[in-house]
Amino acid sequence: MLLIDCPFCGTRPETEFRCGGEAHIARPADPSALDDGAWAEHLFVRSNPRGLHAERWVHAHGCGRWFNAVRDTFTDRFVETYKAGEQPSHPIDDARA
Amino acid sequence: MLDRSLFARRDRPLGAAPTSNDRARVSPAPAGVRLSLRVRGAEGLSRLGLGLAINRMSAEGERFSARLGPNEWLLGAGEADLEALEAEIEAALGDRFHSVVDVSHRNVGLEISGPDAAAALNAGCPLDLGDAAFPAGSATRTLLGKAEIVLLRPTAEPLYRVECWRSFAPYVHAFLVEAARTA
Ligand SMILES: [Zn+2]
Repeated sequence: MLLIDCPFCGTRPETEFRCGGEAHIARPADPSALDDGAWAEHLFVRSNPRGLHAERWVHAHGCGRWFNAVRDTFTDRFVETYKAGEQPSHPIDDARA
Repeated sequence: MLDRSLFARRDRPLGAAPTSNDRARVSPAPAGVRLSLRVRGAEGLSRLGLGLAINRMSAEGERFSARLGPNEWLLGAGEADLEALEAEIEAALGDRFHSVVDVSHRNVGLEISGPDAAAALNAGCPLDLGDAAFPAGSATRTLLGKAEIVLLRPTAEPLYRVECWRSFAPYVHAFLVEAARTA
C-alpha cells in the first residue's frame, strides 16, 4: 500500500487521503479585471508535468487537514510533504521533460 | 466437477447469531456523551486533554479525551456527566474562541477485545496496529472497510474502542463480528 506522510499524523495509508489538484495556484487579486481567457486560464489550465508536481492533499479520514505534497507523476513516489502556506524544499520546476 | 474444498463457504447475510470467539469479542458500548471540541490555539492548555499530542488520548473512568487533529478533540463521558463536562470546558477555555458540538446521537460505540482484536480490526483497517505503531493511548480517525471510524486504544490491553456514525453502525458491527469470527 502507498504510504503518505501527513505533516500532522505521520505516515498513513493512501486510502485515508484525497487529492485536491495542483498546489500554489494563486487566485487573481482582482478577477473582474481579467478577460475571459485569463480567467479560464486560472480556473482550468494546469501544468500537468511528467515528473515532480506540487499538489494539494487532504487527510480526509484522519486529521482532516489540507497540506501540500511533491509527488513524481512518473513514479507515483511522494518526494516530500509540507504544511499549507509553506514552500517545498525540492524545486518543482526541474521536472523531467 | 470442482473439488469440494474449492467451494466458497456460504454465509447467510445476517448470520445465524451474533457470535464471536474467545480470541476476539465484539460488544456494543453503552450509551454515553460525545462532544466534538474545536479550539484554535490551544497552546499552553493542559486540562481536558488539550495538551495531548495529535492522535493521542487519555482516559479516566467513563471520561476520555482524544486529540484527532491539530485543533480537534473528541471528548467522551457518561450519560449523566454532560453538564459537568460542559462546565469544565467553559472553565478551561474561558474566552478562547472554540466550538463544542454534542455528537452523542451521531456516534455509536463498539468495543472489540481479545488477543486477536487487532487482527480482526485489520480485516478492514489499513493502519499498523502493532504495539510499536499503535501503543496504549493511541487514538485516530481512520477507515474500517468503507466506513469512517474513530479508533481508540485506551490502555495496553488488547481492547479497542470503535466509534462510528449511527447510520454506519450496522455495517461496522457486522463487519467486526464477521472479522472476529474468522480472525
Ligand atoms: Zn493527518
